[in-house]
Amino acid sequence: MSIIIYLIPVALGLGLVGLGAFLWSVNSGQYEDMDGAAVRILTSDDEPL
Amino acid sequence: MTSADLTLDKGCPSGLAPASRAASGNLSAFMKRKGDLNTLTLSISGAKCGGCLSKIENALNALPGMVIARLNLSSGKLEAQWRGELSPETVSTTISNLGYGVSGYSEDAAASKTKSEERSLLIALGVAGFAAANIMLLSVSIWAGHGEMGETTRRTMHLLSGLIALPVLVFSGQHFFKSAFGALRNGHANMDVPISLALILAFSVSVFETLNGGEHAYFDAVVMLLFFLLIGRFLDARLRRQAYAAAHDLAALRGRSVNRINADGQTEAVRADDIKEGDHILLAAGERAVIDVKVLSGMSTIDESLVTGESLPRTINAGQKLYAGTVNIDQPIQGIALGAASDSLLSDISDMLEAGEQKRSAYRKIADKAVSLYVPFVHTTAALTFIAWLYLGANVREATMVAVTTLIITCPCALALAAPVAQVVASGRLFKKGVFLRSGDALERLAEIDHVVFDKTGTLTLGMPVLISEDMAELQIAAQLARASHHPLSRAIAAAAGPGPVAQSVTEHPGLGLESEIEGIVYRLGSAEWVESSGTPVTTGPALWFCRLGEAPVLFEFEDQVRSDASQTVRALSALGIESEILSGDRAGAVERAARTLSISAWTAGVSPAQKAERLEALTKAGKKPLMIGDGLNDAGALSLAHASLAPGGAIDVSQSASDAVFSGGLESILTILKVSKSAKRTMLQNFGLAAGYNLIAVPIAVCGLVTPLIAAIAMSASSLIVTLNALRIRG
Repeated sequence: MSIIIYLIPVALGLGLVGLGAFLWSVNSGQYEDMDGAAVRILTSDDEPL
Repeated sequence: MTSADLTLDKGCPSGLAPASRAASGNLSAFMKRKGDLNTLTLSISGAKCGGCLSKIENALNALPGMVIARLNLSSGKLEAQWRGELSPETVSTTISNLGYGVSGYSEDAAASKTKSEERSLLIALGVAGFAAANIMLLSVSIWAGHGEMGETTRRTMHLLSGLIALPVLVFSGQHFFKSAFGALRNGHANMDVPISLALILAFSVSVFETLNGGEHAYFDAVVMLLFFLLIGRFLDARLRRQAYAAAHDLAALRGRSVNRINADGQTEAVRADDIKEGDHILLAAGERAVIDVKVLSGMSTIDESLVTGESLPRTINAGQKLYAGTVNIDQPIQGIALGAASDSLLSDISDMLEAGEQKRSAYRKIADKAVSLYVPFVHTTAALTFIAWLYLGANVREATMVAVTTLIITCPCALALAAPVAQVVASGRLFKKGVFLRSGDALERLAEIDHVVFDKTGTLTLGMPVLISEDMAELQIAAQLARASHHPLSRAIAAAAGPGPVAQSVTEHPGLGLESEIEGIVYRLGSAEWVESSGTPVTTGPALWFCRLGEAPVLFEFEDQVRSDASQTVRALSALGIESEILSGDRAGAVERAARTLSISAWTAGVSPAQKAERLEALTKAGKKPLMIGDGLNDAGALSLAHASLAPGGAIDVSQSASDAVFSGGLESILTILKVSKSAKRTMLQNFGLAAGYNLIAVPIAVCGLVTPLIAAIAMSASSLIVTLNALRIRG
């Protein structure tokens, strides 16, 4: 059962990474223009990767 | 041939908004310079779809030196950055030439406040979601290991849960605590008081149990409650933010600049707010007046459709007055300001909007009524439970535990979600049908409607003249002249004739008409005076004369036609027991004709914006629940004072913002809106019924002390899921 000493921090760490990504996306204004983002993908030109 | 074909190159390519005819003023006051980088922030009106977005951005990015131009489609805010010599006028003219309205962007305080509130709720929601998922991970292992798990392991897991829950409770819970504290300080209770109490008590009891090695801790219930409640709160805030747009759009109209003629004869672009009574002003062709003006010199045609609802442009001469919101179509005019921007008709209407806004916030929603029943019930139950358990011989710790579980399990997850989910689902259904709902609680008001007041021009009618004279041999030649003009009657001729050539060197004589020479023959198109005709038109509708110079003129007659689906809609409304009425600023003849076509007996013509608002107030006083449908600036006051209001997609922004919903389809959408809102209201009531039913089952279990954290978690999620699933049943 001692494995949970590692597993719990790993689980929490993964959760924190997700939370961090979410906070970053909010703060970088990705939810500011929900309508625009939806149509931009249809109209913007393809660029080489 | 419809209006869409004519205006395809101008304005929204999807036809969701009319093309703007107004030119942009001088907006250099809104430009910021940082190093060699210029930034201009503008507010764009009329951009509604992806086509608009790419049209505007591509045109701007093609300008020399442009670094980035990005339009926010949701808010209409455009930010353009460039280096070099490009002038702000070039930028704004590029956009106005595409057929969109341009003004300086100024964020008002209320809008930015609701925006930041929505953002902090979103962050709080994210944090609560993280905590709920992770604590549930620990809780599930406790429940699964029931009986096998050692006490030390269980305690460690409870401790860990508590460590995650504490910061989350403080951070995400502050929205509820602050509001509850504020309400208590003012001596009354709101929904947040029982929520806060349940959260804090559940957390404290769990900490106590954890420290004393108890079997049950409710950390998972605490964060799950937070998570569900924040979902409801966030959905509510997002729908509510739209309501603040009204004030912002009006401010955007006023944020324009005015060309003032100084004493030395030089013109200078100044902000509209800096204009004083008596200042001399130059109104360029295509410019929209932002203050009331008396014309000193010049003669031009003006479009007052926004102000009075009159669909035809009229000629204006020296000595006449024009109101803010009027567009000067063809020739520059000089005038004298009749007062500052804050005294204009526009700001009178803005005051009316504010009054309407206040009246609406006084509307008692179903959710408010539910809360006022719920709060005393829950608190009395919890208190009685506590006393009863003590009386029956339990110790304080046991009695507290049972009372707290009662509070937790009755906590209004389902109640908090009941209204918002129904509103979100209904507005999503309406969106698919081309209806944009501006506020969530509008659905409740729309469902109660028993009287409909229509504006005529642009709402019941097409809002533009259509040629009704048939088989005109001269039509093709007249169209060659007409294609060169912006006048609505000329455009109607061009529309009737279809695509074709434009005559060379057409001269436009304001107030009179057009003249051109085609293959050596001089043609004239315009008023009776212009073609020296002595005949009189047969109908009372608008007319144009056309002649080959020296020959007898022919007559073109027009009519503002009633929309094809209007009479069907009016009939369907009366079948539902809803009366219809027309309230128009247009001339009596035109209104009477439309009323007769639609067999509406109640109509009033020539009403001013203030009279429209008065009529709506009178109807409300008489106990009616009127629905106002209108598109012009003259309707805005009435729209905001009506019990509920709708605006067609072609309406000006102010009217769109003043109404509860904007529909882009035909008038039949009104029936869809009424149907969906009735269905939404029914669903909301069902949801409150379900929430009450849930409590009816859960409370006895809790009062008997049979609730474990597992049961609490299942009951709370199940009730939230049930109201959400019930809301999904709403049909469009």
